[in-house]
Amino acid sequence: MSATTPATTKPGAAAGDIAAHRSDFPILSRQVHGKPLVYLDSANTTQKPEAVLERMDRYYRDENANIHRGTHLLSELATAAYEGAREKVRSFLNARSTREIVFVRGTTEAINLVASSYGQGFVKAGDEILITGMEHHSNIVPWQLLCQRTGAVLKVVPIDDRGELVLEEYERLLSERTKLVSLVHVSNALGTVNPVKRVIDLAHARNVPVLVDGAQSAPHLPVDVAALDCDFFAFSGHKIYGPTGAGALYAKEKWLEAMPPYQGGGDMIASVSFEKTTYNELPYKFEAGTSNIAGGVGLGAAVDYLRELGLDAVAAHEHDLLAYGTERLLEIPGLTLVGTAREKAGVLSFVMDEIHPHDIGTILDREGVAIRTGHHCAQPVMTRYGLPATARASLGLYNTRADLDALVAGLGRVRELFGR
Amino acid sequence: MSQLSDLYQEMILDHNKSPRNFGTLPGANHQALGHNPLCGDQLTVYARVEDGVIREVSFIGKGCAISKASASLMTEALKGKSEGDAELLFTKFHDLLTGPPDVKADGKGLGKLAVFSGVREFPVRVKCATLAWHTLRQALAGSPTVASTEGGDPEAGG
Repeated sequence: MSATTPATTKPGAAAGDIAAHRSDFPILSRQVHGKPLVYLDSANTTQKPEAVLERMDRYYRDENANIHRGTHLLSELATAAYEGAREKVRSFLNARSTREIVFVRGTTEAINLVASSYGQGFVKAGDEILITGMEHHSNIVPWQLLCQRTGAVLKVVPIDDRGELVLEEYERLLSERTKLVSLVHVSNALGTVNPVKRVIDLAHARNVPVLVDGAQSAPHLPVDVAALDCDFFAFSGHKIYGPTGAGALYAKEKWLEAMPPYQGGGDMIASVSFEKTTYNELPYKFEAGTSNIAGGVGLGAAVDYLRELGLDAVAAHEHDLLAYGTERLLEIPGLTLVGTAREKAGVLSFVMDEIHPHDIGTILDREGVAIRTGHHCAQPVMTRYGLPATARASLGLYNTRADLDALVAGLGRVRELFGR
Repeated sequence: MSQLSDLYQEMILDHNKSPRNFGTLPGANHQALGHNPLCGDQLTVYARVEDGVIREVSFIGKGCAISKASASLMTEALKGKSEGDAELLFTKFHDLLTGPPDVKADGKGLGKLAVFSGVREFPVRVKCATLAWHTLRQALAGSPTVASTEGGDPEAGG
């Protein structure tokens, strides 16, 4: 469908122009509690541009049918739209082939797929799975389940006070027992950008494959799976301005060939008899049942949208906002940033003296400012810092300095209410 | 704006800042640990019950202003009450929190606890206001589920 799209990110818009695209997002013009919406919760989920909304609407109005099995025109259109989206995702990640792009519900399902299928094929009692101390629950629990099933052992690379990986410990923990390294590219709770290329090189030197959880990196940084040489890369459509329930797993073909199927059902088979079933070719072997077709089509539109803007420009814009937000937040007495890695993207996590994040969230909400409070599905990170919760403002391409000014003003209101 | 001050009333801010009966309770014969996984809040409630009457009650833990103030005001309200009266009070308190937001709350019979009437306009905060109460009920029921993580049999010594 989009074979002409270049594999690398286009130069796109200049950083300064990115915020002009705010008007592409209809929801951002609404009000909450009588105040203009200031949306600072994009690490949770992003808002959707008109281009994505329109594409999904058009799919259902003009093209809807089941894919891969119809002889009629609509089925052809639906299949072309869905497989076109797969090609867009392939190009977005710079994968070699669409055979390496498995559509899933999102990052969580992608990791569960690998834990289940790779685990079944390659992990046994006494083996080790290596993760880090800054993982989201979705990159912890699937491995714990795998370890329970197989008797393998979960090992955790510690993080330091800034929220950076302790690489010496990582090297120490890598051993001949390690069967997989699975780590987050950008931490959702701290904003840390991990040195994944170095992590992958060190693992590969010992023939250990690596899964990169890209849920928070895909929206913020150009990703090139060929250059990274990662074995698996997982991301969610809804965090890159696409719909919920649609995401992708990139996996090297050699792994997908060797791994048993994840779920059984229609579409994932070549032929079925009661005696013997043969599986479909890649990637369909891993896509049982009718997929989230409209979601996949919407994901393709989101990829197009992001690439048109250019991820380099988006990254530069967000980097400017992150620096500005950091500076402004640190002006507030009693505020402490949680996560001060030298390389960060998109996230400002913080606590305020004696004022609970939940109270901060409620007061900001009444000012129209949407943030997330809590453990951010990363309870071990909270435990690491001895905190029950943090408040987190997270950035999207549509944010502006004015949004961060509104956050700071709202936090002034918090302090006023609590008399500090 | 008016709604925010409905929620964060002076008395609530005061009890958040200086919670009453904050600490462990020597001689307690009931205790339980309550946890709100959504916000990470954790409270332990202690009670000394004699002949069905709550003689003393205290709490420790971390939480937001609403959950801390609610725990503090609960300890004041329950001292000297029978277990049955405590249950009735909780039912009334719960109704106060979960009533329709457009209807002015009737705080009759609740005393100081009526200060939480604003919570009904903030449905996501109801759990904060009830955490201490649920924990107390669990302590009184001697339910070992969460309390056991504190390492002691809640019925021990009772």
